[in-house]
Amino acid sequence: MRSPVSDFPGGLHLPGHKKRSTQTPIRKTPISKQLILPLQQHIGEAAVPIVDVGDSVLKGQRIARAEGHVSVCLHAPTSGKIVAIEERPIPHPSGLSAPCVIIETDGEDNWVERHPVADFRQLSAHEIRQIVRDAGIVGLGGAGFPSFIKLNPGVHHSVDTLLINGAECEPYITCDTMIMRERADGILDGIEIMRYALNAAEVIIAIEDNKPASISAMQLALAARPDLQDIDIVVIPTRYPTGGEKQLIQVVTGKEVPSNGLPIDIGIVCHNPGTAFAVARAVKYGEPLISRIVTVTGTDVTHAGNFETLFGTPISDLLAFCETRRQPDEPFIQGGPMMGYSLAGDALPITKTANCILVGVEDVAPANEPLPCIRCGDCADVCPASLLPQQIYWYSRAKEFDTTRDYKLFDCIECGCCDYVCPSKIPLVSYFRFAKTEIMNQERERRKSDLARERHESRLERLERERLEKEQRQAQRKAALEASKKAAAAKEAKEKAAEATASDEQPAAEEKN
Amino acid sequence: MPIFRLSPPFLAGSNRVTLQMMQVLLALIPAVIAMVYFFGPAVLINIVIAVATALISEVVMLRLRGRPLKPFLSDGSATVTAVLLAISIPPLSPWWLTVIGVSFAIVFAKHLYGGLGYNPFNPAMVGYVLLLISFPVEMTTWLPVNSLAEQQVGFLTALQIIFNGQWQGLGMDAFSGATPLDHMKTQIGMMRSPEYVASQPLFGLLGGVGWEWINIWFLLGGLWLMYRKVISWHVPMAMIASLLVISTLTWLIAPQVTGTPIFHLLSGGFMLGAFFIATDPVSGSTTLRGRIVFGAGVGLLVYIIRIWGGYPDAVAFAVILMNMLVPLIDYYTQPKVYGAR
Repeated sequence: MRSPVSDFPGGLHLPGHKKRSTQTPIRKTPISKQLILPLQQHIGEAAVPIVDVGDSVLKGQRIARAEGHVSVCLHAPTSGKIVAIEERPIPHPSGLSAPCVIIETDGEDNWVERHPVADFRQLSAHEIRQIVRDAGIVGLGGAGFPSFIKLNPGVHHSVDTLLINGAECEPYITCDTMIMRERADGILDGIEIMRYALNAAEVIIAIEDNKPASISAMQLALAARPDLQDIDIVVIPTRYPTGGEKQLIQVVTGKEVPSNGLPIDIGIVCHNPGTAFAVARAVKYGEPLISRIVTVTGTDVTHAGNFETLFGTPISDLLAFCETRRQPDEPFIQGGPMMGYSLAGDALPITKTANCILVGVEDVAPANEPLPCIRCGDCADVCPASLLPQQIYWYSRAKEFDTTRDYKLFDCIECGCCDYVCPSKIPLVSYFRFAKTEIMNQERERRKSDLARERHESRLERLERERLEKEQRQAQRKAALEASKKAAAAKEAKEKAAEATASDEQPAAEEKN
Repeated sequence: MPIFRLSPPFLAGSNRVTLQMMQVLLALIPAVIAMVYFFGPAVLINIVIAVATALISEVVMLRLRGRPLKPFLSDGSATVTAVLLAISIPPLSPWWLTVIGVSFAIVFAKHLYGGLGYNPFNPAMVGYVLLLISFPVEMTTWLPVNSLAEQQVGFLTALQIIFNGQWQGLGMDAFSGATPLDHMKTQIGMMRSPEYVASQPLFGLLGGVGWEWINIWFLLGGLWLMYRKVISWHVPMAMIASLLVISTLTWLIAPQVTGTPIFHLLSGGFMLGAFFIATDPVSGSTTLRGRIVFGAGVGLLVYIIRIWGGYPDAVAFAVILMNMLVPLIDYYTQPKVYGAR
């Protein structure tokens, strides 16, 4: 056990509402009749289907392969038949549709042949990354970044610290809490493999102090593993957003991730405990990622808890299983109440990034018209990045985007603390997202016009060059012509002269002739 | 389940603009009671006139600007402006003085700049300065505190003077007396020593009789606001510190030109200014370091104008002058952001 070395500025003490979903152990969600599997459930490029409509698939069988570098594979969560590969609504804040593989399940749940690895130390780091990529593992904390990339420090970096982020600072969510309580040993297996792949000098597991059961479960599991005694558990004070990667690094190590940089730049790699568990399953048992723990909670949920749910399970099935007071098509939140997004529509599936389904929250933010900003600065007091949200808001509203960058807009982690405390109830984070998108669009436009200008300029240059070359050629030709004329003239003159001399002599000759 | 907005965060704290304004008003109550105790109920009549004027001006301006009435009338900011101006002007000021000052503050200093949140200058102080420059006689005719006055000004007397300009043939000036700050300034101008001036009946234990208590109540009210986190410590403490430093230095070097540092702290509108006026978030600096610069600047200017300027008190001028510098201060006092190299 180690104590945190530092702290982050600002932040909020939010009511946790965690007890609601931690009263029962993790349960399995029944297999739905139909599973809807979006080809893109991760950051990066969508996977490419390798099955056809009508194919029978087994549980764990690969149904789509990774495409490009930032991508992972996708697997059938249970056995059944592919009935469609088509666009379906996906859980996205803007209500997008995207290509999905639809599986009609057969209820048999028959596994495909698995290839467990008894001793991961026989594998190279590269082989482990390959397994993790092929198993479709992404960060299960909510962002869904392909994990194999974060197991590859690259040639320029070495890893000092593998940091397991068990903070889970958002209210209501408890999937990490529960997996640490119930599957601590599996998490340690995963950590061991990750450390091996990263060649990390030290491992720290950080857990907020409002999860004593998770802390003691991890400690117990650790105590039973004499070979892992150098792994440290750090209990950190409960304060939102201490589970933000940058904030956690600051609290645990005292270091700051440079602006525009990544944790690896300061020798740190962060992973979620659920991800570690998935890595262990993939390597040790040959099981790809086909399910995850989803917290279903909120004031309108009757049987809140955590549910091991197959990917593709319609959220409506999961909510029906938990019993809610929700009306059909009433919006709910995926993720936490601070950084999640609201969704509507019953046919949306559970994906790899669905850590929590939240139906009904207390202290809900009003949707009415905000008052003007009175510059009270409460937002700046709670900002964990030490930004001045009131100033960024002012310049975002005025569309003075260059000035928003002076005020470090891009260091905003969108945690929402500023929104929470704003006495005028201004949706600050929405403004910041708007400004970020606008700036990125402008930059794309600028790059496009730069390219066009470059093309235009190089065309002008080419034309100029061609013109010059032409002139040069003409001049050369002219010169050559002149030279030849001159030569001809000279020759003529010479000939004339010769003629003349000849004529002097010739008449005689002629006469002779 | 309640309908929530479409983008995160979906949670909201209990902080509200109205709540902050109400707490500011609450914090003013002890000092206002002290003012009534020392200057009579005329203070309350001024407050009523000012608040009525402010609300009417607010309604008219919101209508003209096509803004909804309910959210902006209930935010309480117009009331705060009105009360701050009403307790800054002499208690027996004629009613039209209050009306002109408050309506100018709301119409010109607030709404013509865009209303709540957009005014670069503190509206109450703009109203005050307008009155001070336009009506210097009325604005400098203060009442003496009750214990020193020959005649107590009761409620009916005050009503008559405020609305009629006279009571039994006596005008406002019949009741007036110099404020301690005023007196100190004129007497020092007459080459009297500050110690001699301070021994006169107008002066009490630490500052002027009555005024010292009013200032102490403003200080306590302000500390409560700090405790409630409505204001931060930066502006008031910087203002007090800078006034203490410059007045102590001057007092040590040239004691003949100035009263004691404590006298300056507890005189005129200093504590009102430090905790209730310079802390106006809209027109003040918004960064923490900026607030220290802002407060220190106000404190310094108050002293400079009091000693070397043409007016006995200077909180309004000092605040407005520093308001002008706010954009500059804010730009150069940005905090160091996470991950900045």
